[in-house]
Amino acid sequence: MKWIAIAIVVSATAAADVLQAIGMRRQGEIRDFRPGALGRVLAALARNRFVIGAVACMAVSFFAFMGLLSVSELSFAVPATAITYVLETALSRYVLKERVNWLRWAGASLVICGVALISL
Amino acid sequence: MRGEIARLRVKTWLCLPLVMASHVAGNFCMKRGMPSELAFPLDYITALFRPWLGVGVLLLIAWMLLRMALLSWADLSYVLPVTAVEYALVALAGRQYLHETITTRRWAGIALIVAGAALVSAATAPQTYRKAEAGR
Repeated sequence: MKWIAIAIVVSATAAADVLQAIGMRRQGEIRDFRPGALGRVLAALARNRFVIGAVACMAVSFFAFMGLLSVSELSFAVPATAITYVLETALSRYVLKERVNWLRWAGASLVICGVALISL
Repeated sequence: MRGEIARLRVKTWLCLPLVMASHVAGNFCMKRGMPSELAFPLDYITALFRPWLGVGVLLLIAWMLLRMALLSWADLSYVLPVTAVEYALVALAGRQYLHETITTRRWAGIALIVAGAALVSAATAPQTYRKAEAGR
């Protein structure tokens, strides 16, 4: 049960983040933080199919994470789902076409090692 | 170009603390209010009406919106390692509020996470994808 929940959380989170990144790129940089402008951005995002897909994946991830928390400690659940760093960094490179240079890989690797040390 | 990178970096560093604080506080509230067992699908919905979980959900909604704003100008491969400082904050919150012990190994883990986040945030630009691709 625990590992199934982790697999669902990891895959749904990765899908949500990639869809969210695509959706927000299409939306463009948010520069105006006044309430009216933010309201217009939210209205546009509510019609953005990538953002809608991302929210659906986040909902799946959220409920799977709730299930995981009910059967394990937070100190296990949070680090165990950190495998998303590997998956999402690769997806950033190949799907989002970001320039993932050695510094970013090194940073992500340090983070993964750190999360592993914390969870042991 | 250098001015644009500096502008995005400042904007990112202003937004990051809010993103991380809302996520850490949201997860903390979720764990605090989570029932020991969720046997049926309806239990997941009814659990959301517990006060701690309600606050946790509101904080996680705030986190999602702030992170979406951040992703509108910063790369996912930049945001991911930098926001990993949350793991260190969770450990420190556990020490402060739940009186948990942080072992030498955990301190080493926290140091590695902070080093990874610092490396990415200080040495790479927040945005690398070509803007023309974003409009497609």
